[in-house]
Amino acid sequence: MEHVSHLYEALERVVGFIYPNEVEAHWSVLIVLYPYLTGLVAGAFILASLERVFNVRAVRPTYRLALLTALAFLIIAPLPLLSHLSKPWRFWEILVTPHLTSAMAMFGFVYMWYLMVVLLLEIWFDYRRDFVIWSQQTTGFKRFFYKVLTLGVTDVSEKAIRFDEAAVKTITMIGIPSAFLLHGYVGFIFGSIKANPWWSSVLMPVIFLFSAIVSGIALVLLIYLISNKIRRVPQNMECLDTLGRYLLYIFIIDFALEGLDVIQRTYTAEESFDIIYALVHGHLFATHVVMQLILGTFVPLALLGWIQFGKVSAPARVRIYWLSSVLTLIGIFFMRWNVVIGGQLFSKSLRGFTTYKVELIGWEGGLMALSQAILPVLILIFLIKFLPPWQEHPVTDRAH
Amino acid sequence: MNDRLYKLSRTSPESTDLAQTAQEMASTTRRDFLKTLGTACVAIAIAPVAEKLSVAEAAKTENTPAERDWSKHKWGMAIDVEKCIGCGHCVVACKEENGVPKEPFYFRTWIERYQQFGDETVVDSPNGGYDGFPPETERAERLDKAFFVPKLCNACEHSPCVQVCPVGATFETPDGAVLVDPDYCIGCRYCIQACPYGTRFLNPITGVADKCTLCYHRIHNGQQPACVENCPTGARLFGDLKDQDGPLNQFLREHKIHVLKPHLNTYPKVFYSGIDKEVR
Ligand code: SF4
Ligand code: SF4
Repeated sequence: MEHVSHLYEALERVVGFIYPNEVEAHWSVLIVLYPYLTGLVAGAFILASLERVFNVRAVRPTYRLALLTALAFLIIAPLPLLSHLSKPWRFWEILVTPHLTSAMAMFGFVYMWYLMVVLLLEIWFDYRRDFVIWSQQTTGFKRFFYKVLTLGVTDVSEKAIRFDEAAVKTITMIGIPSAFLLHGYVGFIFGSIKANPWWSSVLMPVIFLFSAIVSGIALVLLIYLISNKIRRVPQNMECLDTLGRYLLYIFIIDFALEGLDVIQRTYTAEESFDIIYALVHGHLFATHVVMQLILGTFVPLALLGWIQFGKVSAPARVRIYWLSSVLTLIGIFFMRWNVVIGGQLFSKSLRGFTTYKVELIGWEGGLMALSQAILPVLILIFLIKFLPPWQEHPVTDRAH
Repeated sequence: MNDRLYKLSRTSPESTDLAQTAQEMASTTRRDFLKTLGTACVAIAIAPVAEKLSVAEAAKTENTPAERDWSKHKWGMAIDVEKCIGCGHCVVACKEENGVPKEPFYFRTWIERYQQFGDETVVDSPNGGYDGFPPETERAERLDKAFFVPKLCNACEHSPCVQVCPVGATFETPDGAVLVDPDYCIGCRYCIQACPYGTRFLNPITGVADKCTLCYHRIHNGQQPACVENCPTGARLFGDLKDQDGPLNQFLREHKIHVLKPHLNTYPKVFYSGIDKEVR
């Protein structure tokens, strides 16, 4: 039979004893992508709120960029989840007949809340004055487009603008816990599976949250570097250094949390310890130790730390930011991979392992995952084109 | 709720279609059928089915939801590991009865073999025990102990699979079975991840989550689950936990009973007698 031929292959690579239904890893690379994308959203948003709520002036150039990044990635975030369902057209059942004890059932609501109430509203209030101005300065379709976006609210008096500002600030304050919720709950999806000792940890939502912030900052940092390069404007060192510093600090917290998790597992060494030890040292060695820990954590941490304590010239710092943001993004991707795929490689009999191989082609294959990872970038380019986030223009540069 | 239960408790069209499709795909159907028939005959001859049938009688009078008092029963199963000979007839019967695909990756019930060589315990389950077990010949050491453990959905009282299903497609019936509504399941496979016992799979033909139903369609027609009926040694005992004097409770009283992974607090309603600490 066509649909099981790959399972016969997998059967040959099974080691030890697994329950007979466990040959197949049920959650594929798409489910790796899902927490990765939502993490980037939550992280980018939290970075944006730094500027708005805590008045971190230095990162202001990335404020709107971070918001648009969050939006672009949020639009795509449900796609991997949706396309991995075997009955995707029944997806709406999650929304109309949700089962309230299920963490996954909360997805739709958390998502809608975040997209509709937090992100879109915040972006709209933040851009409203620009929409009005752009609708006056442009012609043709663009004019119409911006006119529609104003939703008919064309008042740009000082009073109205002040209201916008206040609204943005309020939404951001609601938005921060919402971003926490968005990613904390994704961690809860895994952490609440008590049948799986690799997942079942109360730290899971917190680790997911902090790694999300790390990945979000790294992403915005990278996008900012790239966009400056493309626009041929000099890199803003103050902004970069601040971003780098935040990245470092939160990375350290994230690393400490994950370390705590490992130490606690090792110290308590429960029933499942042997198999998890074998998992990390065998099946996950390349992705966990090499990709996540060494390349994706130690190297960027060392590089970013070096900047703080050593005397590093500006051009060298820029190169370090390039490198460490890319490595961080890779490292967090592999963190998701190790959680999602790693948790399915060992049997719940705790006696053996199965394997997972990404197929290139196919509904849940590598190409599908890749295209879903590229899509948000395309959306972001589109968003940047129509809603330029650059705020050097004196009209749009607002005083705090 | 009742409509849904009614639909699922009859030999539902889905499962008949499924059985047909599976049969068309399998080339060895006839042989299997004869095998099942043969086992059934043996079972009737050997197994002490008479007392089990009394439970079945009780269920017989109430075939439609309207007549049925849901609170009257709580179905469960006891497995006497000392009686299991690893013949695999229950596995064959289950696949036939429920249209489970024949590939070695899909089981509503399967058999595990535990063999102890000195300090080392070797567990295997070739094709889920469908074809029985080959004798262990390769190992030189002495075999200290060997036994077979039939596995199936534990019909957990606090079922993790029910808890996590985002649309409520997996649900618990008031009389204690855990079923999947194939018309609701979206195929997210969260339940498969949540079941600590590996009893669930995604049916490749229907594309929805599948698992043991305790042969819900049979027990409400007053019959025994197919695996119970086809077990030549009576290693499986199906019954009503609410019937205090029934054979199941009698068995539970007379034996030392274990459940699988008790620390997870799932409260299984499948009870094992005679298993070892090695069994998880
Ligand atoms: S054994 Fe698994 S499938 Fe059966 S009720 Fe328990 S958790 Fe659900
Ligand atoms: S696969 Fe189906 S039955 Fe299982 S949790 Fe998802 S929707 Fe529920």
